[in-house]
Amino acid sequence: MVRYVIKKILFMLLSLFVLASATFFLMKAIPGNPFQSEKNIPPAIQQMLYERYGFDQPVWKQYLNYMGNLLQLDLGTSMKQQYVTVETVIKNGFGYSLQLGVLAILVSIVVGVLLGLVAALNHRKFLDGFTIFIAVLGVSIPNFVVASALQYIFGVQLRWFNVTGLYEPLDYVLPVIALSFLPTAFIARLTRSSMLEVLSADYIKTARSKGLSGRVILVKHALRNAILPVVTYVGPMTANIITGSVIVEQIFGIGGLGKDFVSSITNRDYTLIMGLTLFYAVILMIARLITDIAYGFVDPRIKLTRGKGGS
Amino acid sequence: MRMNIHTFMYILTMHSTRFHTPNALHIMKKGSVNMKRNKLVSILSLVLVLALVTTGCASGSKGESGAKNNEFRMNLASEPPSLDPAQATDQVSFTIINAIYEGLTIIDENGDVQPGIAEKWAVSEDGKTYTFTIRSDAKWNNGDAVTAHDFEFSWKRALDPMLVPEPSQYAYQLYYIEGAEAYNTGSGSVDDVKVKATDDHTLVVTLNAPTVYFESLLSTAVYFPVHQSVTENEAFAAAADTMVTNGPFTMTEWKRNTAITLEPSETYYGRDNIKFAKVSFTMVNDSNSELNMYETGKLDYAGYPTGSLPTDQYESLKQKYTEEFQIKGTASLYYYLINTTEAPFTNQKIRQALSLSVNRADITDKVTLGGQLPAYGLVPPGIKGVEDEYRAEVSDDYFKEDLELAKTLLAEGLAEEGLTELPAFSVTFNTNELHQKVAEAIVDMWRNNLGVNAQIGNEEWGVFLDNRTAMNYQVARAGWGADYNDPISFIGLFTSKSGNNNTGYANADYDALVEQVNQTTDAAERMKLMAEAEKMLIDTHSIIPLYYYSTVYLMKPDVKGVYVDYKGDIIFTRGYYEAE
Repeated sequence: MVRYVIKKILFMLLSLFVLASATFFLMKAIPGNPFQSEKNIPPAIQQMLYERYGFDQPVWKQYLNYMGNLLQLDLGTSMKQQYVTVETVIKNGFGYSLQLGVLAILVSIVVGVLLGLVAALNHRKFLDGFTIFIAVLGVSIPNFVVASALQYIFGVQLRWFNVTGLYEPLDYVLPVIALSFLPTAFIARLTRSSMLEVLSADYIKTARSKGLSGRVILVKHALRNAILPVVTYVGPMTANIITGSVIVEQIFGIGGLGKDFVSSITNRDYTLIMGLTLFYAVILMIARLITDIAYGFVDPRIKLTRGKGGS
Repeated sequence: MRMNIHTFMYILTMHSTRFHTPNALHIMKKGSVNMKRNKLVSILSLVLVLALVTTGCASGSKGESGAKNNEFRMNLASEPPSLDPAQATDQVSFTIINAIYEGLTIIDENGDVQPGIAEKWAVSEDGKTYTFTIRSDAKWNNGDAVTAHDFEFSWKRALDPMLVPEPSQYAYQLYYIEGAEAYNTGSGSVDDVKVKATDDHTLVVTLNAPTVYFESLLSTAVYFPVHQSVTENEAFAAAADTMVTNGPFTMTEWKRNTAITLEPSETYYGRDNIKFAKVSFTMVNDSNSELNMYETGKLDYAGYPTGSLPTDQYESLKQKYTEEFQIKGTASLYYYLINTTEAPFTNQKIRQALSLSVNRADITDKVTLGGQLPAYGLVPPGIKGVEDEYRAEVSDDYFKEDLELAKTLLAEGLAEEGLTELPAFSVTFNTNELHQKVAEAIVDMWRNNLGVNAQIGNEEWGVFLDNRTAMNYQVARAGWGADYNDPISFIGLFTSKSGNNNTGYANADYDALVEQVNQTTDAAERMKLMAEAEKMLIDTHSIIPLYYYSTVYLMKPDVKGVYVDYKGDIIFTRGYYEAE
């Protein structure tokens, strides 16, 4: 098991290196520069700026400089927000994004699995159809539509919640719902179909004929097998929530990383672009890693290491 | 992990001891159907109770007016990149800087120059030397006195070609001062820059030539003073507690990407004139959310220049908030540039045909919807002329929209170029919903009125700027706002040397006129020359003026003394709440 994790981490580092290099060169290839503005800067001053930031050096030299700093975990300073280090930007914004993200993931899993269960246990009855309906809605409506609708109905019309900001606990409700709408629907569908499959399996019949109570069968046998597709989905779900948070944060005026991620590209804020891209990549890779480890616990048939037994 | 799933599911199924499955149906008792229904009912009632409880909790704190706490609340669409007066380049930064710093002069609501940190000044006979007297009660917010030395230091700092982290992008606004341009471009010494503090309260400045709008320039950010301690801390402008400022307000809090709070500066000489107890800014970058905040009483001001309102709701907002919805003309021009260096647009008649066949009233009434005014000239309303506004004294009736004439001109122009029809061309703009709508409308007009084909193309901002500067376009959208209150702020754009020309228009006579304008002191004479230059430019139709901008905003009716000036900047320092 430990060997497996180490192998995975090494692979992660390799991927990060490739990602960093690719992003760096792509970034340099885009036309425009961090000093662009409608009022053109005199060429002499632009030249001086280039020299100060090292842009006049050949690209490969700039690349080596950047990689060197990266190895020392120095992500540099934002080129647009003066004197703010990339690390500070990430620290400031990530708190909000993390809170929302974790809540959204928890809500998605809990509500999604519940809904899926309810549907599976009421197969072909009203509750089943109703759950499917909600699930289809969730997957088809874009999350910015959900966010705007929630904000308008519950914030402006009903005045149940504040329309923007994250100052009180209640402020989390609307953004989390908006973020988790799609993943919940998806997980509900997954759970439902997987549960239906599992419940019709032979070993469930055996368990029942052994006289085990419904609760024990459900939890100890059926759910553990049915939950596997959901565990698989955690990786893409994290990605979905991270990218979805960009627009949800904008609509609810939350100072998370989403806004910086988009505006850094428009601003050609090279250091911030690199820092944020790598940061998101690390998050996603960790999510995948957790998923892989979780497999081993949920389904003993899946052995994480090759050969006999675990390590 | 195993334990957690089990415990969780146990709690969940606590109320239900039986469950259905398709194959196990015959084994289970029928009583479980009722159990499921009861569970549903209890869940629904729980939700309902929660809803009622939260309504009860929520209704208490919603919809409070800022007047309750004497707090003026606005929204900034983005985080200010820099609050160093010498480094700032955007509207968001200027909004804050204009409140926490003050220059030698200030501009009042009528656009007239008033004393600021300088209580009086004298101008020499030849109009080139100014002597400013700094008021004795001007203080920094740390208690230090504001002196003439601070101004000399700050202006030289703004001109420093090696300034960190970037040399000032607005340093060119200081080039009116003798020796300034040489120092800033690296060919002169700082000691030759003719600004000198002869004592603590006297500042002497010598200009290259008499400049009638110099006093108005002094109220812009690049001329603001900074405390001399900034040499010890180059990141002084990056946090609220390291900034030393001299303006009516002080920044008490700066939560990056979330909020900025300003409070009146107790050391400001005019403290008694500052009525608000607090001015706070949220940072929400969505026009719908901003409107929602205004409607639920979280903002006292919404819209331009600091934020924005959804344009498609202007009409309904006008009806719903008649007192609060405001449209103010702004001295900025929206226009299309034509690349006059590439055929067939080298031909003036073809360009003229394009300009004459655009129905500008339709654009402003049906597309932009913001109360903008159709434009036929270069200089927008709001810019000062001799006695009155320039636009009132010099009419912009340089041409009229005329479809028949346009068709004739197009035919003639094509014949001159040896073409039978105008080849398809592209209209580019930076990605933005409004620019897209305008472009679509205009291209449609050209197709219907002239039978010419054009495609529209949006480009990302940086790419767009690059292409425009490199003359890599055919027709491109442009906008220009006033830097200071004088027509030359626009006329100067189209000299052959101007870095912001971008059309390829190069006319020695035009350049000569502009040169003359810069040497003349007589106000009437200057206006006459500038009017000549404007006519010269417009007659060549190298640009297609479309409309003069407007600033659209909502403001609570009990807010007084807050206004948007000719440039479109919001001035709130002397604002107050009217008592009921």
